[in-house]
Amino acid sequence: MRRALTIFKKELKCYFDSPIAYIFIVVFLVLAVWVFFRGFFLIGETSLRAMFVLIPWLCLFFIPAISMRLWAEERKAGTNELLFSLPLEEWEVVVGKYLAALLVYAATLLLTLPVAISVSFLGNLDWGVVTGSYIGALFLGAAILSVGTCVSSLTTNQIVAFILGVIVVAGLMIVGEPIVTMFIPSSVAWLVPYAQYLGLAQHFGSIARGVLDTRDFIYYLVLIIFPLYLTIKAIRARKVA
Amino acid sequence: MIEVEHLTRRFGATVAVDDVSFEVKPGEIVGFLGPNGAGKTTAMRVITGLLYPHAGRVRVNGQDVFDDSASVRQGLGYLPENTPLYDEMPVIDFLRFIGAIRGLRGAELRSRIDEMVVVCSLGEMAFKDIGELSRGYRQRVGLAQALMHDPPVLVFDEPTSGLDPTQIVEIRKLIRDIGKQKAILFSTHILDEAQKTSDRILVISHGRIVAEGSPETLSRQVHGRDVYKVEFAGDVAALEARLAQLLEPTGRLDIEEGWAHIVLTCKTTGDVSADIFDAAVAVGGRLRRLQKQAATLEEVFLELTRGGEKEGQA
Repeated sequence: MRRALTIFKKELKCYFDSPIAYIFIVVFLVLAVWVFFRGFFLIGETSLRAMFVLIPWLCLFFIPAISMRLWAEERKAGTNELLFSLPLEEWEVVVGKYLAALLVYAATLLLTLPVAISVSFLGNLDWGVVTGSYIGALFLGAAILSVGTCVSSLTTNQIVAFILGVIVVAGLMIVGEPIVTMFIPSSVAWLVPYAQYLGLAQHFGSIARGVLDTRDFIYYLVLIIFPLYLTIKAIRARKVA
Repeated sequence: MIEVEHLTRRFGATVAVDDVSFEVKPGEIVGFLGPNGAGKTTAMRVITGLLYPHAGRVRVNGQDVFDDSASVRQGLGYLPENTPLYDEMPVIDFLRFIGAIRGLRGAELRSRIDEMVVVCSLGEMAFKDIGELSRGYRQRVGLAQALMHDPPVLVFDEPTSGLDPTQIVEIRKLIRDIGKQKAILFSTHILDEAQKTSDRILVISHGRIVAEGSPETLSRQVHGRDVYKVEFAGDVAALEARLAQLLEPTGRLDIEEGWAHIVLTCKTTGDVSADIFDAAVAVGGRLRRLQKQAATLEEVFLELTRGGEKEGQA
């Protein structure tokens, strides 16, 4: 556990020593806040819905951008060879790296808090819904990040890791949308709820409304743990192949 | 110490390491010599636990690399080929990171880092980013990283590749110095390197160990390669006939009046200088010069690895 913490600290320092984390945070915030305030005064409603509606789409592009380097860079530079000659278990490295990237995302989310505070001065903001939205956004991002980490461990090219990450995450997002479910033939109509359950954004939507359902949390936990498990497997498989 | 027994490692259909057995004892520096692609790196990766063996056993400090992977790696320092390092990290931070993973803390960690900076003469470079360092300094950071926890076993993959002659001498000296108490396995494709640094050489070709021994015994092992240069006045044909059992004439140059310069290649392993002298006297000629040229390791190396190639093609 201590070694996972050492990896975590090293990775975090790496994000903040290079421009990656800053670019990520600034662009993410500018987009989220700008889009939110563009409509905010027109609608005249003290809610953060407009911002949280955007979050899944921002995550789709921004999270693969932080996860792409996690493993692809390591393999490209050959430093994974150095890393695994150290007395480390695979899971310690995978978890350490994952948590460092997650902290970058969590910090970004936290930095949108001034928006919530500003809005709360203007009217009666429902903090329950806001808290739910933040929790939902955190779990959504954590799941996407886990998928991105897994994809990154499969390639040595960061650009490939990014594009593949976006494609896989987009697939997971779209699968529950009406645009996909409406094409499911009526003879297998029982598939529809499953497709909806698989969709990433649906679960975010219900948590963001303030409905804390265990099914949504189970979905996210599975989507966090399973790709990380696959990452560990992929790293181990390379020792045997 | 490192014990390798019948190690085999394949990549798909190609056999990278084929039934290799050897040992590296404490206080011994063993050079792993072979052309590129002979299986040196693969064997080293198995020893360091980066690849699993397909057959055979590998033990480091008495522990199996497959069963006790983590504890094996704790007692081992490894310098990978081409020295991959975290370029964006300053040297000192990198060493601190490695030390922390190795389980060093607080004052102990600090004193080890200071020691490494001195041993590997990283002095003025300690606060620079690794990416800014020259090849020579990079290599020293790589060595510092491997030596950080004072492991009893060290594995270096091509530690001097890409360095200039002065740096090579420095690294070689460093390996010699630390090799006094440790078991060191290092690989190279340069013969001179293996000859000058190691106590014992393992020649590997096409995944197999084709020769093993100290630099001296290795050159002797390839029998009959000793060459004698003789300057003889008298009946050359008679001399050659008399020595036909032991030596084979491979060249004759008549330069000076009466003195024939003959080159004889030995067929047996022993020293035949005395026999040549006796034969010269027996045929009633005179001997002016008798020079023995031992087979160089270069020839041995070429012979061994070429042999492997033929085998490989067959």
